[in-house]
Amino acid sequence: MAISNGVDKKLNTLTAHELLDKLKSGGISSEDIFSALEKRIKEADPKVNAYVRNQVQLPLADNRKNITGGVPIAIKDNICTEGYNTECCSKILEGFIPPYDATVIKKIKGSGHAFLKLKTNMDEFAFGSSTENSSFGLTHNPWNLDYVPGGSSGGSAAAVASDEAIWALGSDTGGSIRQPASFCGVVGLKPTYGRVSRYGLIAFASSLDQIGPITKDVRDCALLMNIIAGYDPNDSTSVNTQVPDYTKSLNSGIKGLKIGIPKEYFVEGLDPEVNSAVKEAINILKKLGADFKEVSLNHTQYAVPVYYIIATAEASSNLARFDGVQYGFRSKAANLIDMYKKTRGEAFGEEAKRRIILGTFVLSHGYYDAYYLRALKVRTLIKQDFDKAFQDLDCIITPTSPSPAFKIGERVDDPLKMYLSDIYTISANLAGIPGMSLPCGFTKKGLPIGMQILAKHFDEERIFSLSFAYEQNTEWHKMKPDFKP
Amino acid sequence: MIDKKTVEYVANLARIELKEKELDKLSGQLGDILGFIDKLKEVNVDSVPPTSHAISIGNVLRDDSLKESLPVNKALSNSPLKNGSSFIVPKVIE
Amino acid sequence: MPNEIINYEAVIGLEVHLHLNTKTKAFCGCSTEFGKEPNSQTCPVCLGLPGSLPVFNRTVLDYAIKVALALNCKIQEYTKFDRKNYFYPDLPKNYQISQYDLPLSKGGLLNIDTGEGLKRIGITRVHMEEDAGKLIHEDNVTLVDFNRTGIPLLEIVSEPDINSPEEAYQYLSTLKSVIEYLDISDCDMEKGSLRCDANISLRPKGEKNLGVKTELKNMNSFKGVKDALAYEIKRQTGLLESGGGITQETRLWDDKESKTFPMRTKEGAKDYRYFPEPDLPPFIISAEKIKEIKDSIPELPYEKYGRFMKEYGLSEYDAKILVASKEDAFFAEECFNAYSGKDKKMLVNWFIGPLLSEANSRSLKISGLNISSAGLLELLGFVERNEISNLSAKVVLTEMLDSQKSAAGIIKEKNLIQISDTESLKEIMVQVIDENPKSVSDYKAGKENALMFLVGQLMRKSGGKANPKIAKELLKERLNA
Repeated sequence: MAISNGVDKKLNTLTAHELLDKLKSGGISSEDIFSALEKRIKEADPKVNAYVRNQVQLPLADNRKNITGGVPIAIKDNICTEGYNTECCSKILEGFIPPYDATVIKKIKGSGHAFLKLKTNMDEFAFGSSTENSSFGLTHNPWNLDYVPGGSSGGSAAAVASDEAIWALGSDTGGSIRQPASFCGVVGLKPTYGRVSRYGLIAFASSLDQIGPITKDVRDCALLMNIIAGYDPNDSTSVNTQVPDYTKSLNSGIKGLKIGIPKEYFVEGLDPEVNSAVKEAINILKKLGADFKEVSLNHTQYAVPVYYIIATAEASSNLARFDGVQYGFRSKAANLIDMYKKTRGEAFGEEAKRRIILGTFVLSHGYYDAYYLRALKVRTLIKQDFDKAFQDLDCIITPTSPSPAFKIGERVDDPLKMYLSDIYTISANLAGIPGMSLPCGFTKKGLPIGMQILAKHFDEERIFSLSFAYEQNTEWHKMKPDFKP
Repeated sequence: MIDKKTVEYVANLARIELKEKELDKLSGQLGDILGFIDKLKEVNVDSVPPTSHAISIGNVLRDDSLKESLPVNKALSNSPLKNGSSFIVPKVIE
Repeated sequence: MPNEIINYEAVIGLEVHLHLNTKTKAFCGCSTEFGKEPNSQTCPVCLGLPGSLPVFNRTVLDYAIKVALALNCKIQEYTKFDRKNYFYPDLPKNYQISQYDLPLSKGGLLNIDTGEGLKRIGITRVHMEEDAGKLIHEDNVTLVDFNRTGIPLLEIVSEPDINSPEEAYQYLSTLKSVIEYLDISDCDMEKGSLRCDANISLRPKGEKNLGVKTELKNMNSFKGVKDALAYEIKRQTGLLESGGGITQETRLWDDKESKTFPMRTKEGAKDYRYFPEPDLPPFIISAEKIKEIKDSIPELPYEKYGRFMKEYGLSEYDAKILVASKEDAFFAEECFNAYSGKDKKMLVNWFIGPLLSEANSRSLKISGLNISSAGLLELLGFVERNEISNLSAKVVLTEMLDSQKSAAGIIKEKNLIQISDTESLKEIMVQVIDENPKSVSDYKAGKENALMFLVGQLMRKSGGKANPKIAKELLKERLNA
């Protein structure tokens, strides 16, 4: 790993705000950025595999010459882009080209920025925490190619970490932005539920999903939120409240900010290196004037089981539409029922089948009350824990994941262990609150460690103040993987 | 707990064909997961209301005004099998 | 007592699905227009394309509340949508957005006229949902058209209070009439904008417990519902009498064969895996909203029925006929109000008589006939002033409807002005008496009928123009002299 010195850097290694400054001063054009990215992707992606459908890889965008003043954004393969394949890295959506744009894509187009036609890799339908469940093969962690980048937005996080993207969009249902951000040493934010439109995001679990930024630093994260956040009349669950200019809260300072440390998150199972990195970060923030106190989020231990009931139940219904009738893969069969069964049996991956069947089971007759309804009730208790804690707190800090990145293949055959790697991120989705993962150190082996900052509903501004203050006083975000393609 | 027969039944509801090997593997894994999920039984949820939505909003309505539909060719553009302006599926017998 | 004959009673509940005539679909801005090119009225939302999301149409909620209130249902303060999960190619998401445990409204009633007085039929619930697409079955494949997908539907579920096919028919007619008054649906069974499924079971008369029911689908008219129920009663009775049992199943009505057949089962009700629709936040219906909609409900048929009798002195029979169709009732009332003559009963008789039969023979409603209230009253003015006979007036009416000419024009053209002057009539009378000596003597011998025959002859000789009242008086006067 190396700290870049800022002299003579290739454009693809810069942040979006640095590039915007250069674009403004006229030193470079958007085309220069595209060229730098194109070169980097060509050299690095054969190793990282952050992007999918490489055969149609170039050009990165149509009408590139017409794009001026914008910094292209990498898009996860579950966000609909009109005219460009969007397949959720699943065989069942093979060849699917949406006839419409997701609202975030419309917003990007309207902002003067562009998006990369190439989509980033992910666990099939966002089912996973390692990006190993993709029909296009797994993504490698740029910090160590033997390790997973996290998931499900592993492609977006790895692309940003390896400078194959300037900034990116991911989606987060149980930690799918924050956990890969922490594994790859970049910044990732899951906004408040309802802050960013889900219209055009291929649903995993509708009551938990949010689109959010994955960026090289906090300022880029705020800039990207400024582009994508806001009420959307096409999404009934998007909330009609004013969106602040998030870059304005970067410098608000953190003196006197009240921060909670939930004791349930610092327990057995937490990797000691992660523990000490987060504790060290807390010390730095204390020195900067933040007030810390221990809090209790009593129902934390139930978050994973609640999540795996609610998320799979919703997924089982959301994914029913993939049946070979209108789009995607269709298996040959003589009759309709066989067509359904063969199509879905052949084209869904193992994890997708596991989750659909689990979700179907918890909703089925005789089990609904015992599983699904009970989970909705415990969800209430988890939400209430946060409501109570935030009555006298501004933010909560936790590790993003109990461990740093793990080795490729290590957890593939142990779904339960895989599920537990989301143990610290899931609660925010259940409660609908915003959460960011921010680089806060490295393991001795050189793998990034992330800390998570949570805040109350629609209080992303506090997260930005706190994370920016921390970032200004540390160097972690400037670290680049020493990755030689 | 979940037995193989139940997994088969549920897989049929979900219209997923499972090979014998998959069925065996899944039954075991789902059993483990459900065993873990059973942890929820220790929580007292009497008089706790369920939460289906992360944010409490309501009465989200739109006006009854027309929007442009997709052109037929675009609506059918991803179709694995079509005929004129209709999608085609294997014959449905009622 | 093995030979005891058991009388069975039918227990019937009806499930009506009603298209609401909003401009756009329930959850997207696509048009609801009928009969367009397949899949031309679709968008990512109603096609259920990955990533699309529903947004509920305000007017659907208003219309639904209106119907529920008109059916005396209680509107629930808190209501939400649920997903009903099953795989079928007319359902692009493989779930239907519907309502399960917290429907819009519950506990209403509709009074129907059984011919032996009013009968109260309970309404279990009225809830909102989206329609599915249309499947066209060809020889080897099935074609799918999603134009209908997402059209707003109300499901109106009755209590099992209906006991005969006739009552079922009456329930449907009464319901249709209420809905028409609300002007929120076409109610056109041919277009599929009103569909009806039926649940039916039999039980020995006097028995409290319900028997095993079958669900009947695929009836395309009210008569179809009646026939299917009658068939099913016969079928079930036969089974029970031969000691067999009823299988709980869904059966399809075949109109051509006039039979029901078991349907190849989809999923059973218990496999629908209902759960709250996460893409749609719930709805809180305020008391103000309910009041606002209640105030907008027009006079309903049973209210109009009462008022017609009271205000216009209509008989029960006449009032019932006139209020059955909203447009007819409005037209009738327009005429009643514009009418300045003395003989209101005549006006009513014209509606129930000539107008209704003209309408029937043209397969129209009275209001659909090509005649305005002014035109009708002009025509009746001639009758009232004794300028034309009732008989001529009927001819004029037909001509008016066919040619769109005015009553005055037709009367003049056809020279139909009645002969009321006594001298002219006397001339004709003398001829009639001369030509019909037998009738004259019959009358004189006490056969009253003979007088009517002679009046008829006089009318004929006058080319229908003689004033029959005066003619009769003159004849009587002469023959009795």
